[in-house]
Formats: sequence, structure tokens, C-alpha cells
Amino acid sequence: MPVLEEQSDVLQKFSRGDVDAFEELFRLHQGEVYRWILRIVRDPAAAEDLTVETFWRIHRAHARFDPARSFGAWARRIASNAALDHLRSTRAEIELSDDLPQAPQPDPAISQELRQKTAYAFSRLPPKLKIAATLALIEGQPYQEIADALDISIGAVKLRVFRALRLLRKTLKKQGVEP
Amino acid sequence: MTEPGHEPAQRMERLLKQYFPPTSTRPRAALERDLWPAMLRRMEQQSVAVPWFDWALLAALAVCLAVFPRAIPVLLYHL
Repeated sequence: MPVLEEQSDVLQKFSRGDVDAFEELFRLHQGEVYRWILRIVRDPAAAEDLTVETFWRIHRAHARFDPARSFGAWARRIASNAALDHLRSTRAEIELSDDLPQAPQPDPAISQELRQKTAYAFSRLPPKLKIAATLALIEGQPYQEIADALDISIGAVKLRVFRALRLLRKTLKKQGVEP
Repeated sequence: MTEPGHEPAQRMERLLKQYFPPTSTRPRAALERDLWPAMLRRMEQQSVAVPWFDWALLAALAVCLAVFPRAIPVLLYHL
């Protein structure tokens, strides 16, 4: 059986609630879903939990899945929602500590204090803006991919990134930093 | 990936990357273990879980029977 046809068969079975088909799709996509979530939440343990949560949501929503469409894109959208819920529930405040993760090659022109203040300002962003800014500015993901994953238009992604940058600058200014 | 804001946006992007390096450069960027066993545990937990509404209904019934004990034989008759 050709690969595409085989995949389509698995998707058909999954949409009818077949657990073996679900397992096959899980094993095929778990790595990609994990990497996508990790880009957003930036914590490997949380990303593992959220990968399971994502597939749990996928399993429950199997009847709503259209086998003619891409499973990977659908899974990524659900993963983004799960990650967004996580960011909303934790609202992690980054404490201003000396124990900061370092970039592979720290820029000598940027002081430790400035890095801390930037991190603090970033932690204050609303989750929706934070996701868009993380994926676009830090991870360098294409706007189209971000738009597909968040189920919004490219224009909306650009607007969120713009608003995130504006808010970051405002918070930094309040801390006496002129970015 | 800098588009909005140009020069200041580029500077902000550089600042952010200093604190949050891209995940591809960090350890555990790829999944290191199979999560299927965790998924199975999750599915088993949920399949035996009783919805909260059922518990609320049971509690309401218990309260009713405690307040009106004479209703017990009537209830048993209807079961």
C-alpha cells in the first residue's frame, strides 16, 4: 500500500476512534509536538506534560478531525492552545536573580542588569503576545507557520509582535532603560 | 524575523535572545523518551474518572435522604 494511502487509512481509522491508529499517530508526531510546545513554554518538563495533554485533547476530539486535512497542522494548533492555557495558568514571574540562562555567546555590549530587566519585562507580557513574540523574535519561526498554529491571520501575528515590542519598550522605560 | 519596528525591533530581538536563547541551542531540545506510556496512564485515569456532576447529584440525594428518611422506602420501591 502506498505511504500516502496508508497514512490516509490511519487518519480515517483515527477519526472513527481507533486506538491503534491513535497510537501510530502519537508515535509519529510526539517529537514534533514536543518541540513546538518547548519553543513556547521553554521548559522541557512542562513541554512533556503538555505534549500528553495535547494528545489527550486530540484523542477526545477525534470525531471532529477531518481525515482529508493535515494531522500535523491540527495537532500543532491544539498544542498551541494547550501551551497558551499553561502560560495563562502559571503566569510565571521571572525573579530578578543572578542565575540567568546564558546565551551561547553573551553580547558584551549588553549588561547583566539590562538582560535581567528585559527578562522581567518579557515575563509581564500577556500570554497571547508572549507566544507570538517568542515564536517570531526568539525562535525565528516564519509568520505563516505561527499564523497557522495560532489559527489567526499573518496580519494578526504581526500586530501581536508589534504590540509585544511596544509593551516591552514601555516596561523597560518604566525601569529606567531606553531600549 | 524582524519586521515590525525595524531598528528598535532588531535591538529588542537581540536583547531577548541574550536571555532566551532559541530552544534549538539548548539541552533537551528534542524529546528524549517515549511519552506513550504516560499517554496510556492519562487515558486510563480519565476513563475511570466520574464527572463532577454525578458526584453533585449523589451528594444531593444523600442530603435529601438524610433530611427526609421516610423517602428511603419510596426510593427503594421505585428502584
